[in-house]
Amino acid sequence: MSKTVYRTCPTTGLRIDLSAQALIKANAVAAVVFLAIGGLFGLSVALTRWPAVHLLPADWFYLALTAHGLDVLLLWIIFFEIAVLYFASAILLNSRIAAPRWAWAAFALMLGGGLVTNVAVLQGQSSVMFTSYPPLMAAQHFYLGLILFAVGALIGCFVFFGTLVIARDEKTYQGSIPLVTFGALTAAIIAVFTLASGAIILIPTWLWSIGLVSNIDPLMYKLVWWAMGHSSQQINVSAHVAIWYAIAAMLFGAKPLSEKISRTAFLLYILFLQLASAHHLLVEPGLSSEWKVFNTSYAMYLAVLGSMIHGLSVPGAMEAAQRARGFNNGVFQWLRKAPWGNPAFSGMFLSLVMFGFLGGISGVVMGTEQINIMMHNTLYVPGHFHGTVVAGTTLAFMAMSYLLIPLVFQREVAFPSLAKWQPYLFGLGVAGLSLFMMGAGTLGVARRHWDITFTSAPFDFNYPPTAYLLMGLNGMAAIAAALGGLMFIVIVVKSVFFGKPVRDRITLAAPSGQPISAAVASYGSAGTLRIPGTLVLVGVFFTAFVLYYFVNWKYLSEVWPMR
Amino acid sequence: MAITSPSTRLWWNEPAHRSELIWIALAFVWGLVMFFMMIYWHATGAQNLANETYRTTPNAYYAKVERNVADWQVRELNGLPVIKPPAGADVYLLGRMWLWYPVLELERGQTYRLHLSSLDLQHGFSLQPININVQVHPGYDHVLTVTPDRSGEYTIVCNEFCGLGHHTMLGKIFVVDR
Amino acid sequence: MSEIEPAPDQEPLRIPFMQRVLDNHFLLLFLGVVVPTVLYIIWGILELVQIPVAP
Ligand code: HEM
Ligand SMILES: [Cu+2]
Ligand SMILES: [Cu+2]
Repeated sequence: MSKTVYRTCPTTGLRIDLSAQALIKANAVAAVVFLAIGGLFGLSVALTRWPAVHLLPADWFYLALTAHGLDVLLLWIIFFEIAVLYFASAILLNSRIAAPRWAWAAFALMLGGGLVTNVAVLQGQSSVMFTSYPPLMAAQHFYLGLILFAVGALIGCFVFFGTLVIARDEKTYQGSIPLVTFGALTAAIIAVFTLASGAIILIPTWLWSIGLVSNIDPLMYKLVWWAMGHSSQQINVSAHVAIWYAIAAMLFGAKPLSEKISRTAFLLYILFLQLASAHHLLVEPGLSSEWKVFNTSYAMYLAVLGSMIHGLSVPGAMEAAQRARGFNNGVFQWLRKAPWGNPAFSGMFLSLVMFGFLGGISGVVMGTEQINIMMHNTLYVPGHFHGTVVAGTTLAFMAMSYLLIPLVFQREVAFPSLAKWQPYLFGLGVAGLSLFMMGAGTLGVARRHWDITFTSAPFDFNYPPTAYLLMGLNGMAAIAAALGGLMFIVIVVKSVFFGKPVRDRITLAAPSGQPISAAVASYGSAGTLRIPGTLVLVGVFFTAFVLYYFVNWKYLSEVWPMR
Repeated sequence: MAITSPSTRLWWNEPAHRSELIWIALAFVWGLVMFFMMIYWHATGAQNLANETYRTTPNAYYAKVERNVADWQVRELNGLPVIKPPAGADVYLLGRMWLWYPVLELERGQTYRLHLSSLDLQHGFSLQPININVQVHPGYDHVLTVTPDRSGEYTIVCNEFCGLGHHTMLGKIFVVDR
Repeated sequence: MSEIEPAPDQEPLRIPFMQRVLDNHFLLLFLGVVVPTVLYIIWGILELVQIPVAP
């Protein structure tokens, strides 16, 4: 094996393995490319669902929707996650990366697989949605591409584990791994389960598409497929929570309020988060209510407990750090004086708030066994997950990119004044997408549906007029989100390929001028810590959560009795 | 910092702040409330999805649907039979590309055993405007025991993608007063 | 694995049990794969294969 070459980061003093750096770059760039492609498909889908615009013909709509789901949900997110895994292991642990050749092979498999599946979709014979529920059958190479992609990503996870082992053996760190790396470890563990489930179900399905297997049971498929489909969302959650902690640390020098509690919250994720795959099977035949209730609740909501812990400790850590710097007036001075013009901060904070209020609450409510009857496969579902995976994960990844560009790509962020506004525009658009789709869903509007006017159906039917209004607003929100996404792409491409090199030490920190390395040395000795602002925030969150939860039980009680 | 190793070696022994502990206790209790709410609703609520499911085949299921139509057809609507089953009956409804078959006429306040299955792909039974949504699988016969409690015209939209005609797949259920 | 080098004049540190668990990455990997495999996948499959044939 060739010798590892390092550079020393002028800002952090960390020793950076150049092959790790190259791998992070490659995976992040691939991620952004697929975000661009997938985002364009998303816009075209939203404009088609805007009744007054109705952009695409039906066959193109279903094709575009399939491509949108694949490109953003699998390719953008998982490529970026692999970049995060390498960053949180090799870079943060000050270590060389394990088996760089394997990591490149993983990258090649993922890229090849992603392209093959995209080609399959664009050829038109695989408009089966990214869920590809049998007996609906796609072209053979649709499944083959996904399998290659999953295997590649799985190898990437093992490179991460290998790097942890190397760093420990070579003693590149003292004691325990950093909390952010622990969050990445959580993501990687969930990813192993996810990708293995994906391979287990997609391989027989591929053989079925070739004709070597005669039948795929649709229920069995759905059970195992969602072990991948939903757990991959739990990779996202773990990864973006790790990123929240990372950005809080990099911008404020924030230290976790309690290592013990934050790590235990991640442990709850490792143990229970993946059970929520059952969210997608709540109105399926053949599974008992015992199975549904236990799994959909992540074993008595223990993983929700984990998220609520992070929901307090991330803003709490920032508040404590800001207060330690002297922003001590009133309840919210620490927040008012936060660097709102720094896209890494604004993106991260919007991600935190919107993930909690839009994605988190709606997810738990919709994941309630009986309440799901009113929401399954309506637009409420995409409304919910645009709150989680777009407002939460995607925005957090964008925010992180604004730090990776100077630190890993060693370039200045191009168009700084554009970058300042980018998270706000994207966040606003996505909040709209999420809320308007949820609204339409409560009115019954179906997801994955080309024509809510039902012009060529055998019967007449109209959704309530408000639904049309909401779909129009949704289209406008989509335009805002797409513009925000485009701004991000333009900024990243310009910075990465044509940006001004960064040679010296840079300042990441908040406007108070204290640079990152002057980390708040210590606080949080249990007696002195004060975080009143955070307590107000979580109090508002909790109230909204409880109210919304019981309102939905009230709605449910008005539905036809059934048992 | 969160991006560096914990500064205290024995971080597990560091005391946690009271406000964090209170929040954890609150969140934990809230989780229990939500968990037991589902169980409570099974015991006392009126809207719970049935667990009654049987394995079947498209042919066997279709034969039952046809028997329903032969026994209970009362009229036709847009070329589809309308059946009016007696209260308490086993009513077989099928989804196929791109049709819900047959049209049902039910009486308000009566209880029916409504069977759902598909002859081909998965479909989504989405009853509007009350918004009841149930997934329909080929090869499985899912039995819901329903009691329509308001009269009117209800539409079954398909809300699972089932091929190019998916958005034309509508069915009807009429609920009439006794 | 989470043994921390003691300073020369100190007793070896006794690392609390939970800290040891959280530092044991491969134990966590094992748990994170086994728990959902048993509770979600295996339990689910057992229910699906027991669905009776329609009368
Ligand atoms: C410009 C930004 C985006 C817009 C305008 C947008 C819009 C939409 C719309 C309108 C739908 C269709 C709902 C339906 O008809 O069922 C949809 C579906 C979806 N979106 Fe997005 N989206 C965007 C970004 C994203 C991102 C970044 C992700 C993931 C990270 C994402 C994940 C999904 C998924 C998984 C679906 C479901 C596809 C399916 O039903 O098969 N979207 N999106
Ligand atoms: Cu259908
Ligand atoms: Cu359909």
